[in-house]
Amino acid sequence: MSLSPEELRELARFVLLTKPDEIGCDDWLGYAPSYAEMVAARQPVPEPLRKAAEHLDVCPECAEEFRALLAALTEDAAG
Amino acid sequence: MTERTNEVWLQSLGGSGAADETAVAELREVLRRGLRRALAGRAAADDGFIEDMTQEGVLKVLDGLVTFRGDSRFTSWAITVAVRVAFTELRRARWRDVSLDRLVEDAPARLPTATPADDPSQDARQTILAVMHGVIETGLTDRQRQALVAELRGMPQAEIAAQMGLTRNALYKLTHDARQSLKRGLEAAGISGDEVRVTFDL
Ligand SMILES: [Zn+2]
Repeated sequence: MSLSPEELRELARFVLLTKPDEIGCDDWLGYAPSYAEMVAARQPVPEPLRKAAEHLDVCPECAEEFRALLAALTEDAAG
Repeated sequence: MTERTNEVWLQSLGGSGAADETAVAELREVLRRGLRRALAGRAAADDGFIEDMTQEGVLKVLDGLVTFRGDSRFTSWAITVAVRVAFTELRRARWRDVSLDRLVEDAPARLPTATPADDPSQDARQTILAVMHGVIETGLTDRQRQALVAELRGMPQAEIAAQMGLTRNALYKLTHDARQSLKRGLEAAGISGDEVRVTFDL
């Protein structure tokens, strides 16, 4: 198996964002509701939650789900 | 619809024995509305799909009540759970017939080689690519390599996990370890993050 230049570039991007203490997708799900509520209400986000949300930078799928969640909660807040 | 507090939700959905049917019906409505908003504009998410995901979402929420941390509204958490159920299904439907082995084997172009040697930025690029290739070929386990490449080729994590017999968290750990090996490989070769950023225009 060999990677195309585009795939290697994408991989390089993920490697740069890699941190030793990242959380996984299942763990992120525990933080997502409160983080989404704060973002939807434009409230300041406390540091631990902001750190957990870094998962969204390295995980396109959780990021996609989060945008959808935010759409659901934002409209909810607006009535 | 009455505004239930988190405590009331938890109590009526599973506090003591069977769930209260009125509460389950309300939960179903919360998820249906949430999913409609979350999936608005997606062709694959028609009424039938929303209905199916609402049902599955209800089951998943009832099943996972103990995992609710209580640091958000209960309904926000329930919608989060349902959104994951729905996206997992949307992605799986698109990738169900793709074999991970085939996807990973089907190599596109090999690493481009001949580039003008007098262009220093191309030299740096070649060096970084060579280090990355070296780590991928010899510094990763077969499973790490498989998962990483499948992910890069767009296969959803739920599908990779299913085909590899892993939980999503276990898969994440596998690819995270692989990315860390790559990072260490670059560092060991004396290549800084800034260099990578500049070279790949990231
Ligand atoms: Zn994730």
